[in-house]
Amino acid sequence: MQGGLDKGNPKLRELVINRQWCKGCGVCVAFCPKHVLELDDKEKAVVARFEECICCRYCELRCPDLAIEMPLLPQYGPNDLSA
Amino acid sequence: MALKNYIRERFFPHFWCAGCGHGIVMNGLIRAIEKLGLSKNDVVMVSGIGCSSRITGYLDFHTMHTLHGRALAFATGIKLSRQELKVIVPMGDGDALAIGGNHFIHAARRNIDITAIVMNNRIYGMTGGQYSPLSGYGTMASTAPYSNIDQSFDVVELAAAAGATFVARSTTYNVIEMAEMIQNAILHKGFSVVEIMSQCPTYFGRRNKLGDAVDMLKYMNRTTTTIGSQWIDEDQELIEIDSEAKEEQLKIERGIFIRKERPEYCAAYDEVIRRAKEGK
Repeated sequence: MQGGLDKGNPKLRELVINRQWCKGCGVCVAFCPKHVLELDDKEKAVVARFEECICCRYCELRCPDLAIEMPLLPQYGPNDLSA
Repeated sequence: MALKNYIRERFFPHFWCAGCGHGIVMNGLIRAIEKLGLSKNDVVMVSGIGCSSRITGYLDFHTMHTLHGRALAFATGIKLSRQELKVIVPMGDGDALAIGGNHFIHAARRNIDITAIVMNNRIYGMTGGQYSPLSGYGTMASTAPYSNIDQSFDVVELAAAAGATFVARSTTYNVIEMAEMIQNAILHKGFSVVEIMSQCPTYFGRRNKLGDAVDMLKYMNRTTTTIGSQWIDEDQELIEIDSEAKEEQLKIERGIFIRKERPEYCAAYDEVIRRAKEGK
């Protein structure tokens, strides 16, 4: 997945899901306003529609397993919540 | 700093069940501390026993895992001897209000500068789903198979009556609000209590037919409202959607209930020592 999107949020570099930590509760999938995420056949969250992501960060904030990270492109500074 | 700087990665993935609200509280707590820009060396986290208390093992601050219900007693000792440190005490509902009920009200009475976070999942999760003092009337638990007849505490009213000078409530659904409340509580000078309604899909959700973690989060969103909001009286449609929920559960308020100034315990203690040394 590459960042610098035409639509969605152009600041977003990547949507990283740590498959070792994800327990497949589906919270990120259910509360994503753009339906970016899905559960795969192993019941782990995967990025299905990265280009739709608006970087609202609700998946990252609500993940009980701290398994989601959303780093921004380097020119947009540190990965903080105000971005 | 990135989130991973605040955790002990070697203990991950953590032991909480899939969808457990305590993970969301930990997530919000880390972000609150990150936003405040506190050094990891300036934060002490003290916990007791229970699912919620395992949080101290996962966070890379000065941490102490102590006796069931007695975390506030240990925290009081730490705060009195090292007043420059920020002391945070994450507790479960049973840990805080049943086993540690006395410590809780007396820490509030003294108004010592400690932040108590009550992670309220309304059940004893670690030991198999027994009812807790916050389960509430009519709920199901493994020790109440024909429904619980105990009334629950209202953490906000209890803490306020006991003398806490900062009292707030949020839920794991309202993550941004939750992190802001924890920030405010840490900054407050005095005993601050933040009740965070959390979900236990494994025991509370399953016993009470509330569905999985997603359903429980949606349920918390529907059954809580900001302080003073009138939507529940006006929006009949929302009430009908939630017809299974009981009337009293529909009106749980979120927000900052109490925020006031009262002499702080450590400052008062220092003052007494100063006077004693002067011989007055």
